[in-house]
Amino acid sequence: MQTQQIIVTDPTLRDGSHACSHQITAEQIRRYATAAEAAKVDYVEVGHGNGLGASSLQVGFSLIPEREMLEIARSCLKTSGLSVHVMPGFATAKREIAQALEIGVDLFRVGSHCTEADLTQRHISYVRNAGKEAWGILMMIHMASKEMLLEESKKMQSYGAQGIVLMDSAGASFPQDVTEKIGLLTQRLDVPVGFHAHDNLGLSIANSLAALQAGARIVDGTARGFGAGAGNAPLELLIAVMQRQGYKFNADLYKVLDAAELASQLFAENLPNSNSVTIVSGLAGVFSGFAKPVQRAAKQLGVDPRDVFFELGRRKVVGGQEDLILEVASELARPKGQIHSPKP
Amino acid sequence: MKADQLGVPVSSKSIQGIVDRKAEIDLVFDATSAEDHFRHAKVFAELGMLAIDLTPARVGKMCVPAVNLEDCLATGNVNMVSCGGQASIPIAFAIAQANPKIDYIETVSSIASRSAGPATRINLDEYLDTTEEGIASFSRCEHAKAILNLNPAQPCVHMQTTILAGIKNPDVEKTRAAVATMVKKLQEYVPGYQMILAPMVENNRLAVMVRVEGRGDYLPTYAGNLDIINCAAIAMAEAYARKMGETGRKETR
Repeated sequence: MQTQQIIVTDPTLRDGSHACSHQITAEQIRRYATAAEAAKVDYVEVGHGNGLGASSLQVGFSLIPEREMLEIARSCLKTSGLSVHVMPGFATAKREIAQALEIGVDLFRVGSHCTEADLTQRHISYVRNAGKEAWGILMMIHMASKEMLLEESKKMQSYGAQGIVLMDSAGASFPQDVTEKIGLLTQRLDVPVGFHAHDNLGLSIANSLAALQAGARIVDGTARGFGAGAGNAPLELLIAVMQRQGYKFNADLYKVLDAAELASQLFAENLPNSNSVTIVSGLAGVFSGFAKPVQRAAKQLGVDPRDVFFELGRRKVVGGQEDLILEVASELARPKGQIHSPKP
Repeated sequence: MKADQLGVPVSSKSIQGIVDRKAEIDLVFDATSAEDHFRHAKVFAELGMLAIDLTPARVGKMCVPAVNLEDCLATGNVNMVSCGGQASIPIAFAIAQANPKIDYIETVSSIASRSAGPATRINLDEYLDTTEEGIASFSRCEHAKAILNLNPAQPCVHMQTTILAGIKNPDVEKTRAAVATMVKKLQEYVPGYQMILAPMVENNRLAVMVRVEGRGDYLPTYAGNLDIINCAAIAMAEAYARKMGETGRKETR
């Protein structure tokens, strides 16, 4: 029997934004948040796929305003906390964080690319000064060594982060990597460590379990894996596996299974699945959120989306650099003559 | 120390170093921080020195040489907006020239992690605010957004900026011509400025991409973000100098 209580965070209504090109409706938020509350997950994360302030031409506009999304979720949650994802460079403290504080968000997960933790200093401090909980999020962790991840998470801890979550944003990690990275952090940090998986290489549950076995105390899962790329670790599977392995957590298995059934209906048209593009995304180590825009641009410019992914991977693009998709697709199209750039 | 060896006066007394040598100084480049520039601006005004502000303080008129250099000559304090602003505002202005109405405009810059020092990182929110205000006012579009990405890839990536616009029925040919003319104008003072994606429409958005390669004089070539704002400040300073030269000659006649 495991003794430590595991904190379960459910970003279905945030990561799932990527899966439906940011078209989550008010009704979907209301119904899913109500089901997640009933399932007693610890936190429900809501918003645009790239977090607060990310609704844009670059990543895609959200269907409904951020304020509305958060207010609806707030009204549905009593025991489960309301969480948001924050990426400095998209969201500013005085604009988006201030608004979220006013709406009553409980937890701010402030993230950066895994080597750029110092970008989060002001935003983490701002949240802590407002008396709310802040965690540090390191994204695209397959691009950094465990030593580098430790150094960056220590910075976040020094800014006031009360938890550190490693995100395998490209679904490119293997259980052995997760064991080593989470293992080092749990030994050397004072705050709880968590893991957020993507299923691009079919390893989301295996990686999440490796994280738990290495001492992670926070784990992310989404209903039916509703998330970017091939999706996240499916919450219902995660809870089932954790129950069988004897982990302690607040969530109720049957109610989580019910929430997953509801998600099957609510998000039927956009549930993620493994396909040639998501597999290549994992192999190339490119942010899972690029899947839809890559397919769209590749189709318009008549190129193979898999070639686009491998070229993006070669350039080591990070989350937020969605504009490079267009450049790479245009470049690949050029020799074949589909697009001509006028002579400067 | 290198400046001192070359006979360039240096001082460790911050703004007082400028005050002490007021008789020798006509123009000051202020590359400190927004907070400091608010204080410094008053000092420069009292001493009658021209100030070129490279911080996001926005005390003076926003200056993008390819667009409004002449209009700025009448003022004593100009603000150089931001690196992303210097790269994107001329393109936004060209898009506005070619299309009657822009509904929404956005600028996304990616810079090498190694080119972003501690001040840039801590001032990220101010960078976004200032860049948004700049792009909104020069494109006459009130809905504007700025996004900044830092990329740690090795070898370091060059500064790259994408301008995205929401326009009903954009005139792509006219936009291509206006942007091409603007790029030439910029290249006069930023030699490493190049268009890498000509205006095109994808997914209901007009997109243009530029890359800025630094000159590599002192800073590495990937630091185009630092080069472009310095180049813009120098272009402004030279314009001031030409103007002073002309008025100076007039006075001696």
